[in-house]
Amino acid sequence: MSGILASMIDGLLVGAVYGLAAMGLSLIWGVMDVINLTHGAMIALGMFGMYLLFSLTALNPYLLLLPLIAIGLVLGIFVYWLSVHWVVGRSQLMSLLSTFSVNMMVIGIGTALWSTSPYNVNFSLKGITFGDYTFTGNHIAAASSALVMALALELFLYRTRPGKAIRAVSDNREAAELMGISSTVVLAIAFGIGIALAIGSGALVSTLFPFTILSGAGYQLKSFVVTVLAGLGKPLGALGAGVALGLLEGAVTPFIAVSWIPLIEFGLFVVVLILFPRGIFARATT
Amino acid sequence: MILLRPMFWITLLLAALFIYLPLRNNDAAMREDLILVAVAIILVSNLNLMIGYTGYVNFGHIVFYGLGGYVGMYLVTARGWHLPTAALTAGIVVSLCALLFGLGILRLRGAYFALATIGVLVAVNAFVRNVDAFGRSTGMYLSFESYQPLGGAMRALWITYYLIIGVMVLSMLLSLLIKRSKFGLGLFAIREDEDAAIVLGINTTTYKAIIYSLSAFLPAVAGALVFFKNGMIDPDIAFEYMLSLEGIVMLMLGGQGTVLGAALGAALYERLRSYLLTSPKLSNFHLVIAGGLLLVVVLFASGGLIGWLYKFVPRSQKVIE
Amino acid sequence: MLRVRISLLSVLFSLATSMLGQQTISIGFTVSKTGALNVDSLEQYRGFELWRDQTNAAGGIKAGGKSYNIQLVSYDDESNTKRVQQLYTRMILQDKADFLFSPYSSSLTATAAVVTEQYGKVMLTTGAAEEKTYKLGNHYLYQMFAPASQYLTAAVDALKTKDPKAAVAFVYEDASFSNAVVTPAKPYAQQQGFNVVFSEAYAPNTTDFSAIIDKVIASKATVLLGGGHYADGSTLARQLEGHKVPLKMVTLLVAPDSPQWTELGDAGVGVIVPSQWEPQTSFVVQYGPQGADFARAYSARYGTPPSYESAGGYACGLILQRAIEQAGDIDTAKVSAALNATDITTFYGKTKFATDPGSHGLQIGHAMVLAQWQKDKAGKLTKEVVWPLGAKSANLKYPMR
Repeated sequence: MSGILASMIDGLLVGAVYGLAAMGLSLIWGVMDVINLTHGAMIALGMFGMYLLFSLTALNPYLLLLPLIAIGLVLGIFVYWLSVHWVVGRSQLMSLLSTFSVNMMVIGIGTALWSTSPYNVNFSLKGITFGDYTFTGNHIAAASSALVMALALELFLYRTRPGKAIRAVSDNREAAELMGISSTVVLAIAFGIGIALAIGSGALVSTLFPFTILSGAGYQLKSFVVTVLAGLGKPLGALGAGVALGLLEGAVTPFIAVSWIPLIEFGLFVVVLILFPRGIFARATT
Repeated sequence: MILLRPMFWITLLLAALFIYLPLRNNDAAMREDLILVAVAIILVSNLNLMIGYTGYVNFGHIVFYGLGGYVGMYLVTARGWHLPTAALTAGIVVSLCALLFGLGILRLRGAYFALATIGVLVAVNAFVRNVDAFGRSTGMYLSFESYQPLGGAMRALWITYYLIIGVMVLSMLLSLLIKRSKFGLGLFAIREDEDAAIVLGINTTTYKAIIYSLSAFLPAVAGALVFFKNGMIDPDIAFEYMLSLEGIVMLMLGGQGTVLGAALGAALYERLRSYLLTSPKLSNFHLVIAGGLLLVVVLFASGGLIGWLYKFVPRSQKVIE
Repeated sequence: MLRVRISLLSVLFSLATSMLGQQTISIGFTVSKTGALNVDSLEQYRGFELWRDQTNAAGGIKAGGKSYNIQLVSYDDESNTKRVQQLYTRMILQDKADFLFSPYSSSLTATAAVVTEQYGKVMLTTGAAEEKTYKLGNHYLYQMFAPASQYLTAAVDALKTKDPKAAVAFVYEDASFSNAVVTPAKPYAQQQGFNVVFSEAYAPNTTDFSAIIDKVIASKATVLLGGGHYADGSTLARQLEGHKVPLKMVTLLVAPDSPQWTELGDAGVGVIVPSQWEPQTSFVVQYGPQGADFARAYSARYGTPPSYESAGGYACGLILQRAIEQAGDIDTAKVSAALNATDITTFYGKTKFATDPGSHGLQIGHAMVLAQWQKDKAGKLTKEVVWPLGAKSANLKYPMR
């Protein structure tokens, strides 16, 4: 196995998690045109949620994902009522600021509880080795879980009634209301799902590296890049874009110093925003 | 004429207060507190030009301050320039950079623009970390003799303080001038309805480019001064994302779109933050309180403190702006 | 509000102690209670604390016919340079500290030094090995740690005795300390005939090393030198093991010296650390306690053996104490002169400061050792001194596993 291939596989594995993280952001943005600035804090809460559950129960973290996602859904609905419900439909600045304020509060409480010292979830799955290179079990499990969650979301959106209701509201809120869909309930649930996805991706990441309450910020930025690449409201597209980003990182790192990666990513981000304001894969919509 | 505006005199009074208070007892501790407030006022007043006047939310505003700091420090340490020229040059260089970035990102609207400004901030941070001349992740440190041209460290600290007060006054006066000018009217038109403004014949591209570039100038000068005073700069301390966002909180709190609102919000929030940060029990709650304040302002009082004042004392709109 | 309360307390405290015929001397510093540096910084703080308590119990610092009770004033800098600036300014201007100790780590210390030099106060630095700070024309800085250039040169010398043909990789934190260590170490390794096959710095606060580890594997390196502090060093060691990188020697800065290193289990076995002090080292002590007494008192109080950060902290206090005694006063100029004249051996080793203006305060007396984590016959993890050969307590295990 060559170094470049190994690097790209590592990138792919990590990219799947970027994609999962971005899916939550993309869903919320697409459905209610709200850029959820609590995204990073929620990812960090997912990390700590896994840490707490794992410390208490010592169960397999991949089993603990399920209760965590459920908690995430409830938390998301709560945050929706607290800050988003009142500003949906007002200027985008207001929703940016209201979600940002919740972000600050969560980071503040998190810092008070856990400080900024690093935490670890000490759980290791056996890795797979090809020649000189080993892919850690945790990375493989995280990527697989991300894929499963993405498929589950896609099934939900396209095969269930609540899912279709969400898509209807995201296409045209007024028309959906005329059809008898309570848009408020739908928006709350969609927001809840978005947060649940963020929490889930944080929980997966917690097994990979040490983290603090501030660790979500990096993933939030990556989520923005991925969402912009994929276009809004296309969650599966977000997964694909996340994997693409990870592959890009993996392909590039063998050749240049790792410290140039953030510059390349954000340069790319700004360029894509300018050239493709609706996302690279966006179809023309009214 | 600007001299007729009460706000002009209020600004000068504020500056006099800032100069007199610490000087009275040669109180260096108070000077250190006030300098933080002055810097906050500078940043928020200039941020107001983008958010309050033009309606474009700049999330990465701190990049101008940090980059100004870097250019200034580089000119002083590597090129041996004197502080005032270095600071002024930093302002000009960063404004030109802003013009360059602006060319790219100002065609974006609303939230996309906001995200792009974050992208600019992160990209500049990453760029600086890769440049040897800027000290990479370690940053730059001033030789302790750099204060000699200003008469030693103690005197240098006071002189930089006065210079920063000067920049603060300029920031507020700039806000006032623009607000009362035809150019400002054009900006407000863009804020209200950009497409209508275009139809009305306002060259929105030029206006936006000018104001974005202008909003970078004074923060960059301030950055060069502050980091000189601090004696060192590194990427974390120069491009603090949280400071950028707290700037928005300060502006919303005080009252966006008003000159005094920007200053008031900055001063109050900065004092609150300083108090909370040095209090052993409360230091972690400053973000919770800040977030709570912002949420309250956004949900119930989007005009901030000044907006609230205008509602209860409508006459005050003539005096306080 | 709070400021008034603290000043009031200090005043009351000083009143109380001066009524007892005692003066107080207050020493200010910041501790990284939170943030990435918290593990190492706490160990340093414990050294200060133990010194304060033992000295106060013995009647305080005795100088010029008076005895001074030591009062430590400290704040949490959150491992953050901006907080360090604000807090050192505060300690000097508001808390009126007589002397300052440094924060932990070279980068935070460099920041604190700017402030202490601006106000002309004496600061003893510990936990800070980078040399650049002392070359900026200071007057009142004094470095307790042996300088950064010594850290990895010892590792290279030790490697030469085991495997002169090893392929060496440098993987290190892009921060002042590690840069100061690796910059002289790289050419030194090449001079000693080693092939440096890979060298890259990672951003501070990096938590995912897979990209850089893949590159190390691709370079076919057999020896890895580098790291930074505890957080990144321990994570790097863990991930190196997770990726099963075939290395024969791993030398990491700082992290393996912490008693917390045992948490890594097998991932930590065989890792070498350049150390400022180990309990096994012994010197002919001219001032202060013996090494064994220090280690015993520390373990009794804190339940873990002391790391070299703790030893540095304690020694920092000792050296200041001695300088005040020699000066007979707590006046900055007099104490500074006494510090300049210091040339003494404590349990920590020899301490002597450079006095020429171009590198004032640089530590020129102290030497470093290499320690390696090994499993003893019972399978327990212990840290042994393996270099220099004259000071070793066990043989260097090469290959490490």
